[in-house]
Amino acid sequence: MQQILQFIVKNSTRLLFLLLLGISLALTIQAHSYHRSKVISSANFVTGGVYEHMNSVKEYFSLRTHNEELAKENAVLRGLLFDKQDSAKVPSIDSIRGVSRNNIVVAKVIHNSYNVYENYLTLNAGAKDGIKPDMGVMNSSGIIGIVDKVSKNYATVQSILNIRSSLNAKIKKSNHFGSLVWNGKNTGYVQLIDVPRLASVRKGDTIVTGGQSHIFPENIGIGTIDKIYIDNETHYYTINVKLFNDMTNLGYVYVIKSKNRDEVRQLEEETKGEHNRNR
Amino acid sequence: MSTTVIVNIIRFILLIGAQVIIFDNMTLFGYANAFPYLLFILLFPVDGNKHVLLLSSFFLGLIMDMFDNSGGVHAASCLVLAYVRPAIFKFSFGLSYEYQTIRINDVLTPERFSFILIAVVVHHLTLFVLEFFRFAVWTILLRTLTSTIYTILMCVILIYLFKPSRR
Repeated sequence: MQQILQFIVKNSTRLLFLLLLGISLALTIQAHSYHRSKVISSANFVTGGVYEHMNSVKEYFSLRTHNEELAKENAVLRGLLFDKQDSAKVPSIDSIRGVSRNNIVVAKVIHNSYNVYENYLTLNAGAKDGIKPDMGVMNSSGIIGIVDKVSKNYATVQSILNIRSSLNAKIKKSNHFGSLVWNGKNTGYVQLIDVPRLASVRKGDTIVTGGQSHIFPENIGIGTIDKIYIDNETHYYTINVKLFNDMTNLGYVYVIKSKNRDEVRQLEEETKGEHNRNR
Repeated sequence: MSTTVIVNIIRFILLIGAQVIIFDNMTLFGYANAFPYLLFILLFPVDGNKHVLLLSSFFLGLIMDMFDNSGGVHAASCLVLAYVRPAIFKFSFGLSYEYQTIRINDVLTPERFSFILIAVVVHHLTLFVLEFFRFAVWTILLRTLTSTIYTILMCVILIYLFKPSRR
């Protein structure tokens, strides 16, 4: 007994080091797996508060770009109204497909990272505003990411510039689907993989979100085709997509609340469970 | 509470603040980052309590992890640096380092520079290996190299800026 105590006292520094190293490595490994620790994220009270204060200073420098973006978006929306029979009458919500199924929350990006392999954004809206994990985030130019962690007042978003992101996307013209991933190299480009060889793809074609995910509604812009390769292993197309969004400069974003998301998910899980049981 | 304790607490808070507010926004060429917050570990008193150093380095890293959403990579690399610090002291200043009072925040001599260099390389290498978490040798080495140069530059500037006046 005495020897054990002596050993502990003699090696106390080393033991403390190993203990703390164990904790930090556990946190690291946890961060690389799907279920991330909630405490060590910038959605908590202190870090979120600091980022919000910093952002309240920084946003003055980008007011001009935000104004221009809003004016452009207004012009696009105004253009949509021109095609309606009576341009003065605002269409009732039911007549636009999609809006009735989705609600939109406006939030502000208060912290943005884009220089590592796993990038996360922090938003100044959280559970209080009705944001839940796995909601889609976009802005006027295109998609941005998926909500990851939510606290009362803040939320973190897994950016599309994250090597663990994978989204369903399609070529607008031909409706061929693929998965949208990022190879971690350039912040202006993402990759659309597993596109069938029969798809007719051309440089400059638009890539939009596909209808297979219940995170994003269909036909939200992502980017345009920049380069087309054929994968050596799978013999599918791999397409380099130039993003519409400048991911290094983000201001206000929309968080999409899909109303029937829970229902779809529950149904899918039930089906999956039944399928597994029948095997 | 002695002045050393208070000075170190203030340094802890100020360096985290400077790192989050200023240096996290100063990314060069998209992949070189400066992490001068590790000055806290370098400037910690040589004869200070080792357990206190390990614990405070761990929490220093953990707070950085909260801000960067990076799990535990800063905590682990700060901890490794704090643990090997005595060995780096021995290497840079010779065996008798505990008997002479070493001042890191003073005019840059070859000994001081080699100490800062080795410490920064140790910290950055651990940091990037854990951050990428995969076998990507060139990316890790390139990032370590560029970030090391950048961090050392910032550390030296900070040391000269806050060099205590001679009596």
